[in-house]
Amino acid sequence: MCGEVCVVVETLRGKVTDITFVMLAGGRRLADGLQTKLTALLLGQDVQKYTRELGAADRVVCIEHDCLAEFNPEAYLRVATAVFEQHKPRVVLLGHTATGTDLACGLARRLRAPIVTGCRTFSVDNGTAHYSALICGGKLIATGPLPEPTCLATMMSGGYKADEGRGTRTPAVETLSPPTALDPLRTNFKQYIEPPTGDVDIAKEAILVSVGRGIQNKDNIALAEELAAALGGAVSGSRPVIDQEWLPTTRLVGKSGKQVKPKLYLALGISGAPEHAEGMREAELIVAINRDPKAPIYGFAHYGAAVDVLELVPKLTAALRKA
Amino acid sequence: MDIVVLMKFVPDLVEDLEIDAATGLLDRTFLRLIPNELDEHALEEALLLKERCGGVVTVLTLDFGDVDEALFTAIAKGADRAIKLTGEGFDQGPSNQRIAGAFSQALGDLRFDLILTGTQAVDDLDGFVGALVADRLGLPYVGYVTKVTPADAGLVVQKEYPGGLNAELAVTGPAVLGIQAAEKPPRYVVTSKVMEAMRTRKIEEIAIGEVTTEVEVPVSAMALPESGSHAEMLEGDAQQVAEKIVTLLRERGIVA
Amino acid sequence: MIERINFWGLHGGWRTVAVIVTYGVLPLCALVMLVRLYLRIRLWWRVGRPEPRWDQPPTRVKRLLKYALAQVKVWRQLYPGLMHFGLAWGFFVFFIGTALATIDADIVKFLRGRLYLGYKLVLDAFTVFFLAAAFLAGYRRFVQRPERLTLTAPFALTLVLIFVIVLSGLMTESLRLASVARQPELQPGWQPELAWWTPAGWALAQVWLGLGLSVPVMIQVHLAMWLLHAGLVALLILTLPAGSLVHVLTAPLNVFFSRLDSPPGRLAPAFQRDGTPGVATLRDFTWTQLMAGDACTECGRCQDACPAHGSGLPLSPKELILAVRNELASHGPELLKLRSQGAAQLPPFASVAVEDAAAWACTTCRACAAECPVLIEHVDTIVDLRRYLLAQQRADNQLTTALGNLRRYGNSFGKSDKQRAKWTTGLDFKIKDARREPVHTLWFVGDYASYSPALAEVTQAAARLFRAADLDFGLLYDAERNAGNDVRRAGEEGLFELLAQKNLTALQKCQFEQIVTTDPHSYNTLKNEYVWTNGTAAFLGDRFRILHAAELFDELLRAGRLTPQQPTHCVVTYHDPCYLGRYNNVYDAPRRVLRALGCRLVEMPRHRDRALCCGAGGGRIWMEEGQVRERPAENRVREAAALPDVQYFVVACPKDLTMYRDAVKTAGLENRLIVKDLVELVAETCLPATAGVTAPATAAGQQAPPGQTVAAQ
Repeated sequence: MCGEVCVVVETLRGKVTDITFVMLAGGRRLADGLQTKLTALLLGQDVQKYTRELGAADRVVCIEHDCLAEFNPEAYLRVATAVFEQHKPRVVLLGHTATGTDLACGLARRLRAPIVTGCRTFSVDNGTAHYSALICGGKLIATGPLPEPTCLATMMSGGYKADEGRGTRTPAVETLSPPTALDPLRTNFKQYIEPPTGDVDIAKEAILVSVGRGIQNKDNIALAEELAAALGGAVSGSRPVIDQEWLPTTRLVGKSGKQVKPKLYLALGISGAPEHAEGMREAELIVAINRDPKAPIYGFAHYGAAVDVLELVPKLTAALRKA
Repeated sequence: MDIVVLMKFVPDLVEDLEIDAATGLLDRTFLRLIPNELDEHALEEALLLKERCGGVVTVLTLDFGDVDEALFTAIAKGADRAIKLTGEGFDQGPSNQRIAGAFSQALGDLRFDLILTGTQAVDDLDGFVGALVADRLGLPYVGYVTKVTPADAGLVVQKEYPGGLNAELAVTGPAVLGIQAAEKPPRYVVTSKVMEAMRTRKIEEIAIGEVTTEVEVPVSAMALPESGSHAEMLEGDAQQVAEKIVTLLRERGIVA
Repeated sequence: MIERINFWGLHGGWRTVAVIVTYGVLPLCALVMLVRLYLRIRLWWRVGRPEPRWDQPPTRVKRLLKYALAQVKVWRQLYPGLMHFGLAWGFFVFFIGTALATIDADIVKFLRGRLYLGYKLVLDAFTVFFLAAAFLAGYRRFVQRPERLTLTAPFALTLVLIFVIVLSGLMTESLRLASVARQPELQPGWQPELAWWTPAGWALAQVWLGLGLSVPVMIQVHLAMWLLHAGLVALLILTLPAGSLVHVLTAPLNVFFSRLDSPPGRLAPAFQRDGTPGVATLRDFTWTQLMAGDACTECGRCQDACPAHGSGLPLSPKELILAVRNELASHGPELLKLRSQGAAQLPPFASVAVEDAAAWACTTCRACAAECPVLIEHVDTIVDLRRYLLAQQRADNQLTTALGNLRRYGNSFGKSDKQRAKWTTGLDFKIKDARREPVHTLWFVGDYASYSPALAEVTQAAARLFRAADLDFGLLYDAERNAGNDVRRAGEEGLFELLAQKNLTALQKCQFEQIVTTDPHSYNTLKNEYVWTNGTAAFLGDRFRILHAAELFDELLRAGRLTPQQPTHCVVTYHDPCYLGRYNNVYDAPRRVLRALGCRLVEMPRHRDRALCCGAGGGRIWMEEGQVRERPAENRVREAAALPDVQYFVVACPKDLTMYRDAVKTAGLENRLIVKDLVELVAETCLPATAGVTAPATAAGQQAPPGQTVAAQ
C-alpha cells in the first residue's frame, strides 16, 4: 500500500454507501494521475460480501473483527492507524460523513499528515495532486496541492457521481487480521435507534416539493402541501426546516437525511448549501425558486426563477389545477 | 458533570464573501464574525446537561475579534465561566489546527468531565476542531452527536446517521463530542440579561504561547463559485413563472 | 304651600324604627361598607408597586366628570349607553335626592312649593328612566345574551335588587299620593292639580285608587314598602364592595388615577426584580394595574373589539383583567403573609392565572383600551407579562429567531444591515445621505419598507414623490435599525433599548428639521418613546416634528407642492392603522389626502378608532400564527368587500400592505378588491406617467376599475 491511494470504505446497515463510490471515483482519478494503485480498506465483520462492488479499486483489504461489526470510532481509528502506519499511503480518502469525519483528524495526526476536508474533486497535474473543496455554505471554492508524502482528505458528493465509482471488475481481496489489540475500548457501540416509520418515504417519491428557510414559517408549509398534492408528490425539506420542527425528520433531504433522486425536485427557498445538495443533486429535473440570484443552488439546478416563493407557490398550484 | 464548550467564530454568510486580490484568499477585512452555529448547539446541550445533573459549564474561545458579546451571552444563558485565549495571529483567521492547538494548551489546566463543540463549522478546511483537540488530548471522539445522557461509568451518546437513523454509543471517561444538534433549539436569552452579564461578570483571559501545528494544509487559491451559470433562469413575475413551470412540466411528461 | 313631609305615613313606634334605620342602621351599613371596601382596595397598594398618580388634580377631576359622570365612553354604543346612563344617573339622582331630603328634614326646610314640586318631578322622571333602563338591561343580558356579557347569578341578583329598590320607592310614593288624594289633610297644601308633578307615582296611584283600597290599608302597605325599601338599600350598601356594583366605587377611582402625562404610545419602562424583568407575581404589578382589575365592570367591550379574540385565539382582554382581580382576591392576602415571612417563592401569575398563549396572542392594537369605559389599559399588563415570559424562555421559536436576527442584524429579516438601502438601486437618482450632509427632512424608512422585496416599489414611489415635491430629504442608509416599537411590545426591553440607542446615535450625528416615515410603528416609537439626550432630555417627538407620510403628503398637497395630474375618481375605503389612529390620533390627514386626490371615500363600519387591526402588530408578524378561525385581516377585507362600490382598500402602513394583500388572496377577493398603500395612490395621481410609475396593479384578468385613467407605461 505504500504510496498508494487508499479509500476507507463506508458501510451502513448492510450496504456500501454511495459516498464510498464517490470516493472510489475520485480515488481512481488520483491513482491514475499519480500512476499508482487504488486500494479500498474495508473494516467490519463479515464483509466479504461487499468486496465485489468495489471493483473500481485495484485491491480490497479486509479486516474483520467483532468490535468492528458496527462503526465504532475508537476501534476503527486504531485499526486504520495501525494499517496506515505500516503501509504508508500517498493519499487516504474518507467520507465527509458521520463515519469518516470521526476518524479523519485522529488518523491524520497519528500519521503526521495534513488533512483537507470537504473535497469535491481532485486533479493531477504533472505528478502533483490537487484538491478542490467547497466551503462556507457553498460560497467559496478552495484549491491547493495535496502535500507529500501522505495526505488525508474527506470527500463530499457533488464532484463525482456515485456511478462513476462502480467498477465491473472483481478486485483482488486481501484479508488481514486486526493489526492491533482492540480492547480495552472506551467507546462501545450499543444499538441502533430506528427512524420513525409510518410517514411518507421521500426516497421513493417521484415528485418532491422541498422547502427551505425561504418558506419563512410553519404556517406556509401548508402552501407547499397543496402544491405537492396538485403535483401528486410529497413535501420534503432542508435542515433548517427540520431543525425548527416544521417538518418531521423523515422529510429531511441532505447529507444527514435522505438521498433522493426523484423525477422532479422543486426546491423552494433553498439556498443549495453542500449538505443539502448532497441529498438531491442527482434528481432528474431540479427547478429552484430562490429570490437570491446568487444562491448556490442555481449552480446545479436545471431551471430557476428569482421570484418570491410565497407568491409563486399558490399561483403554481392554481395553474396546475386549471389543467 | 463539568463541561467545557469550545467555541469557534466563523464568517457570517449573510454577507457576500470577497477574495483579497493580493493573497488570492478570503478577504477578511470587512468580515462579520459570528459564533459557529453548531457550537451554539453544543453550548445548549451543555446547559441542558447542567440543568439535569449540575456541574460547571465553561465556554472557551480564541480572541478571534469581536467575541465578547457572544461570551457574555453564553454567561447570560447560564455558562459559569467564559475564557478568551489570546495569542498571536488569532484574529487573522487561524486554521483549525492552530485553533485546536490553542484549545489543547488551555484545556491542560482546566478540570472537565466532558468537552462539547460543534461537529463542524462552515469554514472548516483542515479538519474539525473537536476531533483535533480530542486526539491532542488523547481522548475519545464521537461526532454527529444529537443527545448526551450521563450513565454509570461515563456517557451514552446518540449519533446521527443519514436517513433518520441513530446509533447509541457508550463512552467512558472524559471525552470530546462533536454536536450536530442539541436536544432543543439553542435558547434565547433576553438582552437585558446579557447587559447585566456585561456589567457584573468578567471574561477571563489566558495568554497562549506558541502553538505548534505540525502539518498545515496548503491553500493555493480561493474563488467564488460561478452561480447561476448552470440553471436556465425563467423570467417574469410570479404568475408568468408559474405558467412557464407548468409548460415545462408538461413538456417533460411530469404532469399531464 | 305644599312641602315635603319627613317620614310621611310612619307614626308612633314605626316612626321610631324609621328614625333608627335612617340615622343608625343605614349609616352603620355605610360604615361597614367603607371598611369592607377599604379592606379590599388596600390590597392594591399593599401588594402592588408604587406609582405616582397624583399630578394635575384639576385635570383628573375633569376626567372624572367626563368619564365617570357623563360616561362618554359608555355612549360609544347606543343601547347599552342609554341603558347604563339610565341606571347610573337614576341612582345619582336618587342619592342626591336623599341627601337633599336629609338636609330638608334636619337642617333647613326648603323643599316646599315650586322647589318641592320640581324636586319630585325630577325624581319621578329618573324613576321612569331607571325602570325602563332596567328592563333594557335585563332584556340585553338575559334575552339577547351577547357573548361579551357574563351571564351569572350575581349579575341577575344585582339587577333584581336595584329594580326592586327603585320600584318599592315608586310604590311608596304612589301609595302616599293615593292616600293624600283620598284624604288631602294627610299632606297640607295638597291640591289635585299638583298630582301631575309626580306623573309616575300618580299613574300608579290610580291603580290603588281603582282597587278601592282604604287609606289605612294603603298606609300599612306604604309602611311595608318603606321597610322593604330601607332593608334592600341596607343590603345593597353592605354588599356593594363584593358584588358587581363595586365598580360604582372602583371605576371612578380608576378614572381619577388614570395615566395622564404620557400618550398611549409610550410604555412604562420595564420593571426588574432580581434581574428578572416583567411581572412574575402579583406584587410585580403596579397598584394601578391591580386597581384596574377591581374597576373592571365585566362589560366585555374590550373582548368584542379584540382582533385576537375575534380570530379564535385564547386571548380575552376582559378575562385577563378579571384574572388580575381574581388572583388578588384569592391570593392577595396570602401573598402579603408570605412576604412578611420572607418567603422566596410567591404564587406565580403568568401561566397560572393567564395562559402563555393568551399573552402572546395580543397585537397591541389598543382596541380594548379604546373601548373600555373605565379607562383600563390592558396592553400595559400584557406587555409586562410578555417581558416575564420571554425572560423565562417561554416564547415560540419563530419569535426568538426574529429577535435573534434583530439583535444581530438590526432587522427581523435576517438580512445584512448593509442591504438596508438596496431598494434605492431601483431609483434613477441618488437620495442624500443624512449622515454626511444636512437635510431638512430625515426619512426613517423602517424594516418592512426597506427589506421586503414586495414593498420595494412602494418605497421607491415615496422617494419619487418626495423628490417631485422638492423636499430636501435624506436617509440614514446602513445606520438605520429597526425602530424597536414591536420589539418592545414583544417584551424584549433590552433589545429595544439597544436598537433605540443605535438609531439615536446615528440621528445625533445628523442635522435635520423633521423626520418622516411611512411606517406607523416606527412613527409611534420615534415620537413617543425615543429620548433625545443632546442637551436636555426630551422625547424625540417633543424635540422634532415627526410626521407620518400621510401627514406630510397632506401638507404638500395643501401647499401645492404636489398636485394631482390625473385625479382618480375611484371609490376607496381607508383602513386606519392602529399605531397611526388609535395610538396617535392621526385620522384626518390621510382622509384629506384621499379627497385631494379625487377619491370618493366610503367608510367601513369599523373606522377611525374602531378600525380592526390587521393582526401583525406587537410582534405577532414574527410569531407562529396559532390556530385561528378567521384571520383578522381576512375579516377586515370582507368588511370592505361588503361595501358595494369600493374598489380600493387603502392602507398607510407597510405591514398592513403585506397583511392585506395576503388576506385578499386567501379570502378569494382578488377580483373584488385591490389593496393600495396611500403612497401608491398619491404617486399614481401626482407623478407624471413617464416617471417610472406603473399602472395600478390589477388583479389577474381584471380590467382597471371604471373611471380610472390608466397611466401609460
